[in-house]
This record gives sequence, structure tokens and C-alpha cells, in this order.
Amino acid sequence: MTRETLLNTLLMALLIGVPLWAWVADEPFTITLATRAVIFALAAVGLNIALGLGGLVSLGHAVYFGIGGYAMGILAYHAQTYTPLMAWPFVIEGTKFMPVIWLVAMVVSAVVAFVIGLLSLRTSGVYFIMITLAFGQMFYFFTISWPRYGGEDGLSIYVRNGFPGLNTLDPIQFFAICLALLCAVLWLNARIVKSPFGLALGAARQVPQRVETVGLDPFRLKLVALVISGTICGLAGALFADLNRFVSPTMFSWQMSGELIVFIILGGLGRVFGPVAGATLFVLLEHLLGGVSDYFLFYVGLLLLLVVLFTPGGIYGILLGRSKS
Amino acid sequence: MSLILIIEQILNGVQFGVMLFLMASGLTLIFGVMGLINLAHGSLYMVGAFAAAGVAASSGSFLLALMAAMAAAAMAGVIMEMIVIRRLYDRDHLEQVLATFALILVFSEGTRFVFGSFPLFLDVPGVLSGPITLPGGIQYPLYRLVLIAVGLSVALGLGLFISKTRVGIQIRAGENDREMIAALGVDIAKLYTLVFALGAALAGLAGALVGAIQSVQIGMGEPILILAFVVIVIGGIGSIRGALIGSLLVGLTDTLGGIFLPELFKFFVAPDVAQTVGSALASMAIYVLMACVLIWRPTGLFGARA
Amino acid sequence: MTAVLEVRGITRRFGALVANEDVTLDLRAGEIHAVIGPNGAGKSTLIAQICGGVTPDAGMIRFLGQDITGANTQARARMGLGRTFQISALAMENSVLDNALLGALGASGRVWRLWHPVLKDRALRERAEDALRRVQLIEFSDARVGDLSHGQRRQLEVAMALTLEPKAFILDEPMAGLSAEGTKELTGLLDTLRQEAPILLVEHDMDVVFALADRITVLDYGRVIATGTVDDIRRNPKVQSAYLGEEA
Repeated sequence: MTRETLLNTLLMALLIGVPLWAWVADEPFTITLATRAVIFALAAVGLNIALGLGGLVSLGHAVYFGIGGYAMGILAYHAQTYTPLMAWPFVIEGTKFMPVIWLVAMVVSAVVAFVIGLLSLRTSGVYFIMITLAFGQMFYFFTISWPRYGGEDGLSIYVRNGFPGLNTLDPIQFFAICLALLCAVLWLNARIVKSPFGLALGAARQVPQRVETVGLDPFRLKLVALVISGTICGLAGALFADLNRFVSPTMFSWQMSGELIVFIILGGLGRVFGPVAGATLFVLLEHLLGGVSDYFLFYVGLLLLLVVLFTPGGIYGILLGRSKS
Repeated sequence: MSLILIIEQILNGVQFGVMLFLMASGLTLIFGVMGLINLAHGSLYMVGAFAAAGVAASSGSFLLALMAAMAAAAMAGVIMEMIVIRRLYDRDHLEQVLATFALILVFSEGTRFVFGSFPLFLDVPGVLSGPITLPGGIQYPLYRLVLIAVGLSVALGLGLFISKTRVGIQIRAGENDREMIAALGVDIAKLYTLVFALGAALAGLAGALVGAIQSVQIGMGEPILILAFVVIVIGGIGSIRGALIGSLLVGLTDTLGGIFLPELFKFFVAPDVAQTVGSALASMAIYVLMACVLIWRPTGLFGARA
Repeated sequence: MTAVLEVRGITRRFGALVANEDVTLDLRAGEIHAVIGPNGAGKSTLIAQICGGVTPDAGMIRFLGQDITGANTQARARMGLGRTFQISALAMENSVLDNALLGALGASGRVWRLWHPVLKDRALRERAEDALRRVQLIEFSDARVGDLSHGQRRQLEVAMALTLEPKAFILDEPMAGLSAEGTKELTGLLDTLRQEAPILLVEHDMDVVFALADRITVLDYGRVIATGTVDDIRRNPKVQSAYLGEEA
């Protein structure tokens, strides 16, 4: 077992062990906290496929997170108010059924990621960062000024959506759902990294001109990476909204996009489990420092600054030495 | 819809645009010369506004407040550059984005710690308050006209500074070829700090000027920062002329879109629906504008061809 | 003898600068055709137009009898144009084998597999390892490219072109920065390559050019000033004054 595998195992043991302990000790809040970390990790793992593997610095991944959130919000809102989502040309009802909500969140995110990718991948470097930011802002301001689904105030959902055979209102069961999805996505990510596609995408990040001269299209590789990445973020968004039973435009905010990148960098760029470590650390800090000081973001800022300036490998880099696998 | 309203809105758009220019010109210089994306530029805007509010409250002089704003922002900029930014010039965009994102958190929370969470107020000075009658009988706030004048003078001054002075020529040389200015014996570290301080001072000035018509509060820098980025991306990074044209485009699009889009939709749908759809689309208009420009010209209107 | 690659009267300007003017040359089966010329003669622009990336203002490029003037880089690579870069363009973070696999991947069309590990693709792996064996890098398969010596990177460049099983090689200064020993080895390899596919060789090292080339084209100020066999070129007075004169 390499040290990285050991660290991955420890991390997952922590993510499973703490909520289990909290379940036994009847500390539902701790379970909710762990669920939050797992969902953020899921979103960050999604972003990492575009950012870590594909080198696409997207400052607009909150778009997919938000779309997932609103997919859940809108479907559940129509289900709880017994109003159809659409009455013409055919009737579409809302739903409180998680798998359907996830599917909708993922499909819509994928389509939006495809369109945004088609337009934004024409640019590169700082222009790419800025155009993705602009798409994020479009969605943010649109949801704020669109009163149909709560506008700036957002939408509240009274009862958490259901999953067959489970009681999702029980924190530990909802946690289990989120964790299972995170594991599935981590596995998918690990497979992608080792696949021909992963190899070509990694090369497209490092030497796009070479990728072209072996007959591959970097644009298409990056576009597919962006779609996979957005789809996973969409799923994470739907779960996040279900965790809070609330969705609002802040899920689309550019700070959200920024935080997703922060998770990856805190954990360690270029590691499959890096985003999980980063998201866990962030939620931990948020909880611990948030209790001690009103200015917890000040310390997060300082920490982030130190990590970026002095330890580019993040937590994994500090614990394992700087060289990548 | 009357002609007077339209002219008023155009003036509002120009006023918004020139204030954006004060932000965008610094950003675009910093990117053009040092190759740095500085998300914390909005924090300097906030520092300027708070400094102005503080000095105005204690001294009662608006002019003194403006000078304090520029000085404080320039100081904050120099400190920021020497401690953090300097280490980022050779890093990739991702690290620059993150480190300056971290700076935003530090500055915002630091300011909250010093000034508290409540907004401060900065009043428009007495001589400049109240409306003025323009030719054609249009009543328009004098202060906003002064903002337009200040902004355009800064644009002109900056243009002359860049094209005529020795330092300006070094800055332009720095945009084209970093090695060349080193070969010419220019102290690059000093030049970079100077450019950063200049950008910071302009951001601080903008913060103070706008602070007098909006409230001075934590987080005020971020919305305008993002708009300033939109501006420089539309104009083409590194181009002062691009920043000016981009600023006016964004200012006018945002202001006029909010008024005209709902009106436009009233031709097609019921008034209440038109109001909703129109305002929703207007809030996105500048981002749509930016996306369109980038799709048409991936390096902005005046950007160097890749 | 049929030409595999034909360049017909291509011209390319960058503003006022004429990088190539009315350049015509061809690459025939089984030969090594060297392109030489002083710095700034337009060799890089010529390569960029042949391999894709720069479109000529005028003229035509045909490859295997097909007009490829407007085709993009990927399409040309898929048709069998294998190139190396003057400055190594390799995925530095990946292993040597990964890089060779990347080369094989383009030709295989199996890049859209997201699930199957690339290292378990037997056919792909054989092709990649074959190429590495040819350039004597097989024992470095697992090394990170970032840790390779400069000479080994040059060899890997050639291996990546080999994995495409190309119909023509376009080699952009493959000897750049190599030691005398490295140059000798690579010269030997290129000599055997010409049986597989003809080589268009841009090279500064005159000893290499005279040792390998069947024919030579000399560029100066963007124009072809001479084409011919090694002996023709050696004797050509225009070439001597424009180019070889400096060397002597």
C-alpha cells in the first residue's frame, strides 16, 4: 500500500467513522456536517475532472451546482403544491422521488455544460476563466430577478425527497446515500484517469499541439471533460438542496465557484482524493472556527494564501511530499 | 417614454461606465504589464470607500476624503504587492485566482473587524448636491455630472501618461516585451509596484466617488470587480482604449437594458409578463454581451490576436 | 517515382514579412529529403503549413494524392503525417509509455473509452512498446518524461511519430541539442526509417544532412534557391554564397 492509498483510506475511514459514531451517540448535527462535507467533496471531485485533469480553470462551476439545486427545488415545489410543472403540450408533474430528480439535475447540467463548453472553449487562459465567470453571473442574476421560483429569497421544500426503501429524513440514511454517490463518482474518476480518454485529456492540458499531431482533437476532449464535470456538479447540487431543503441564487454565486476551486487546492491538485480532503477540511474549519470567531473566513483566507504561496500540493502535498504520482 | 428619460438614462449609463473605467483601467494595466489576474482589486475599491467615509466623518472635507481614499488604497496596494502579489507573477492563472480570492476574504473580514458589519455613509458634498438644469430643460444631479467629468479626465490623463511620459513608455514596453525593459535597465520590481499602486489609487478613487451615492459596506467591491473584469475582457486585456470603450458599453448596456428591455417586451406579451421577462433578461444583458464579444473575437475588441 | 507529399507554390506572409514565397518541393517514396537554410529562411513556417496550424495564402499541399491545404492538423495526422517538434512537446508529467500510448491512441480511434484502462489495451500497448523498442527507450517505459535526459526526449519525439505508423515523417530539427553520440545514434535510426516512410528532414547539422539525405532543398529568404542531390547542392554556387559560405 502506498502512502497515498493509506492517506485515502484514512480519509474515507474518517468520513465514515465520524458519522457512525455520531449516529450511535445521537448527534444528528455532526452527521449533517459530514453530509455537507461529502456533498461538497462530490462537487469538487466533479470540478476536478475539468480542472485537475483537463486544466480548465472554470470560475463558473456554480452554474451546475445551482442547476442541480433548482432541479430539485422546482420539481419538489410543484409536487408539494400539487401544480403541474408544465401543462402544455403535455402535462409534466413535479416529483419528490430522488432518482428522478437526480436524473433531471444531471441531464440539464450536462446539456448546459455542453452549450457553455461549446462557446467558452473557443477562448483560453484568462479569457476562459472570465467567460465561465460570466456564465455563472448570468444564471445568478437570472434567478434573482425571476420571481416565479422565489427570486432572491429562494425556495423552501418542506419535506426531504424520498428514496425507495430508505427513510431520507433520518440523517444517517441520507448521509449513506450521499456517501455511496461520492464513492461511485470517485471510482468513476479513478477509472477515467487511467482510461485512454484520461490520458489524452491530461496530455491536452500539458501539450495541446502534440495531441493534435497524433490526430486527436483537444477541443472535443475538453468539451467531454466539461460535460462529465458539470453533470457530477449537478448531482451534487441536487443533494445539497435536499440536505438544506432549500435552494436560493447563492448556489449560483461566484463565491460558490471560487470555493469549489478552493476545495481542490486545499486538498491537493492532481489527486483523485484531493477534493475530498479539501472539502472535509473546509467544512471542519467552517464549523470549528465559525464557533470561535465571527471572522472565520479571515482565517480561511490566510490559510488558503499560505497553501497557494508555499505549499502548492495542498494537504496531500504536505503529507506525502511534493512530487505527484 | 420621453426623450428626457432616455437622455437621463444615457447619462446614467455613461456615469456608471466611467466609474467602471477607473476600476478596469487599473486591472487591465496590471494584467497587461505583469500578467496577473487580481481578484482583490475590488478590495482596494472598498478600502478607498472606507477610508473616504472615515476621513469625511472626522474632517468634514470631501476633497480630503478623496485624497485619503487614493492614498489608503495605494498604500494597501503597495503592501499587498510587496507581501503577496510579487510572488504570483510567475505562477499560473489558477494560483493567481486562488491567492487573490484568499486576499478578498482577508480584506473583507479584516475591514469587518475594524469597521463592523454596518454600512457607513459618505455624503455628497453640499456644493455638488442637488440637480442642475441642462440644455433642453433636463434636470440632472450635478454630482453625477461631476463623476462623468472626473472619469473622462482620468481617462484622458491616463492616456497621456501612458503615451507621453517616460514611465508610461516603460509600461507599454513592459506589455510588449518583459525582457526588453530589463535589458533597457529599468528596475522591473519598482515599475511593477508603481503600476500596482497606480491601479490601486484609481480603484480607491472610484470607491470613494461611488461610495457617496451608494452605501459604503463590506463586499461592495466584488460586484464592481466582476463588472470590471467583464469590461477588460470585452475591451481586450492590456488595452486602455479597450477598457474605456468596454466600460461605456457595459455601463450603457446595463442601464439602458433595465429600462428598454421590459418596454420592448411589452410589444409582444402582457405588461406584467414583459416586466418580469424584461428585467430578468436585463440583469443578464452585460454577461450576454461579453459572451457574444468573446465568441466573435476570443481576445476581446482590442486584444492582441492569439 | 510518385510523390507522397507535394508542396506546390505555397506563399505565406505575416504582415510585411514574406515567410514563404512560391515554395515547391516534393517528398518521394523511400527517400530522405532534407530542407536546409539559414535561420529565418522560412523552414518553420513551411513545416507549420505542411503539418497544419498555418494556412498558406496561396499554393497547394497534396498528401497521398489528396489536397490537404485546408485540412486541420488532426485530419492530416490521421491520414498518416507523423511529425516531431523542434522543441520537445511531450506530456512531462506522464511516463514514457503513456506518451507512446498517446501516439498510438490517435490512430486507434479508441480514445473515447472512459472505463477501460489504457494500459490493458493489448494492441495499443504493443504498438507503443514496439516504437519505444525501436528508439531504445523500452527500458525507460515507466520513467517520467520530466526525468529523462534531453537526448532521450528527442528519441521519444521520434517514437511518438512512429506510433502513428505514418505514411510520411516530418522531422523538425530532430538533432537539436543532441551530443555527438546521440546524433550518431539517431542518424542510424533515421537511416532505417526511410524504408517505412519517406522523411522530410529539417536540420541544421550539415554532417547529418549530407550523411542521410537523398535530396536537399535549400531555402533562403523564404524562397527555394536550389533543389537536388547532395552533390548538386554541394557544388551549387548560389547555395555556397547564401548558406554554406557562412559555415566554411
